[in-house]
Amino acid sequence: MRHDLILRVIAKLLIPFILLFALYVQFHGELGPGGGFQAGVIMAAAVIFYGLIFGLADVRKLVPERLVESMMAFGVLIYGGVGVAGLLLGGNYLDYFVLDPDPVLGQHRGIFWVEVGVGVTVSGVMLKVFYMFADRGGAEDE
Amino acid sequence: MLTAATVVVIARSRNLFGVIVLGGLYSFLIATVMVALDAVDVAMTEASVGAGISTVLFLAALHLSRSEEARPAQKPWLPLAVSLAVGGLLMYGTLGLPKFSDPGAPIHTHVAPRYLNESPREVDIPNVVTAVLASYRGYDTLGEVMVVFTAGAGVLALLRRRRRSPEP
Amino acid sequence: MTGAESAMTWGNHFSYFVTVFMMVAGLFILIARGNLIKKLVGLGIFQTSMYLLYIAPGKLVGGTAPILSDRFTVYSNPLPHVLILTAIVVGVATLALGLALVVRIRAAYGSIEEDEVLDMDAPASPQGEQGPRQ
Repeated sequence: MRHDLILRVIAKLLIPFILLFALYVQFHGELGPGGGFQAGVIMAAAVIFYGLIFGLADVRKLVPERLVESMMAFGVLIYGGVGVAGLLLGGNYLDYFVLDPDPVLGQHRGIFWVEVGVGVTVSGVMLKVFYMFADRGGAEDE
Repeated sequence: MLTAATVVVIARSRNLFGVIVLGGLYSFLIATVMVALDAVDVAMTEASVGAGISTVLFLAALHLSRSEEARPAQKPWLPLAVSLAVGGLLMYGTLGLPKFSDPGAPIHTHVAPRYLNESPREVDIPNVVTAVLASYRGYDTLGEVMVVFTAGAGVLALLRRRRRSPEP
Repeated sequence: MTGAESAMTWGNHFSYFVTVFMMVAGLFILIARGNLIKKLVGLGIFQTSMYLLYIAPGKLVGGTAPILSDRFTVYSNPLPHVLILTAIVVGVATLALGLALVVRIRAAYGSIEEDEVLDMDAPASPQGEQGPRQ
């Protein structure tokens, strides 16, 4: 039980910081190293960490399966949506400079939403894969 | 080098848990090499993906498979010879490539200066890698997101537990 | 080439030699070992050496990471970074699918050694046609 206690305390201390770092990497991807992929993976790692320490039932209550499955698809839809928005506003598919009267700000907006889409999908997929593996290990046939 | 030693131990070790952990260690070492080569975005991705998610997934699969590697039936002379032959040919081929850190190499003179010079004016974000990834080559990134989604859907299809109908 | 010139060439191409060594080691693990999980680890090593192969030529000695700033003028090439970033993520997607397949093979055949699985499938094996257990 003592080992369990140390792990739980450290997990409770670390997980908020890991999540915060994931958000930082996501939104500062333009100013420094980072971006959607790294942020998605780090966020999934934080939730997996929670699941490893506190058990699968708890993590399933925290991040339900439905949410993860919709996140997987939602991110791709956001990305495609930015492209379609470019089409509707007069440019080609995935043109960013039409999204705003100032073309450079349009680029900023486009890049921001695209990275959000990427981050959402990547974290959703990584988490879903973990859930599937863990689910299978819970009730093995043999 | 440390990476070479790690790889040799991975090849010879039979304990799968050790192999997986050493694989994570190898990823971290490679990420350090990437930082030394100025590839900071790539290093962050390789460290988080290779040493984080990959190790977790490998360990989950190992837990579900529960075995240790069996002793190989015969000495692997043929694969060793094939690998060394391939390696020899590749080393001979790389002698023709530009030398390390050559500013006149084609990789530096074709499109990269255009991206580096024009992106402050066109896109105005400091991280050129994100600018190229999300804006100049945004279509490729769309394909990549779709690949990630497809892999997730594939794992879902492979590992889903169907409600078992009663055995006949 | 004279002796001194060839030594210079070997020294200048050292990064390629390291890369090729990693690649060969990964390839060896992939084809010489029968355990499926170890094969996947070997594949991962192979992929990582490929990333080195692309990034090493992009580096300029004296340059810095490709994040624009007023303090630097020489940058290392950002194009390989973009390519390899995509490659890493695709690689882990492939790995996830490969591991899911390994789990299913284990459930169906009871083993993850390549030769044992092939034996169970072989039609003229002395063990008879066991085939996969569904």
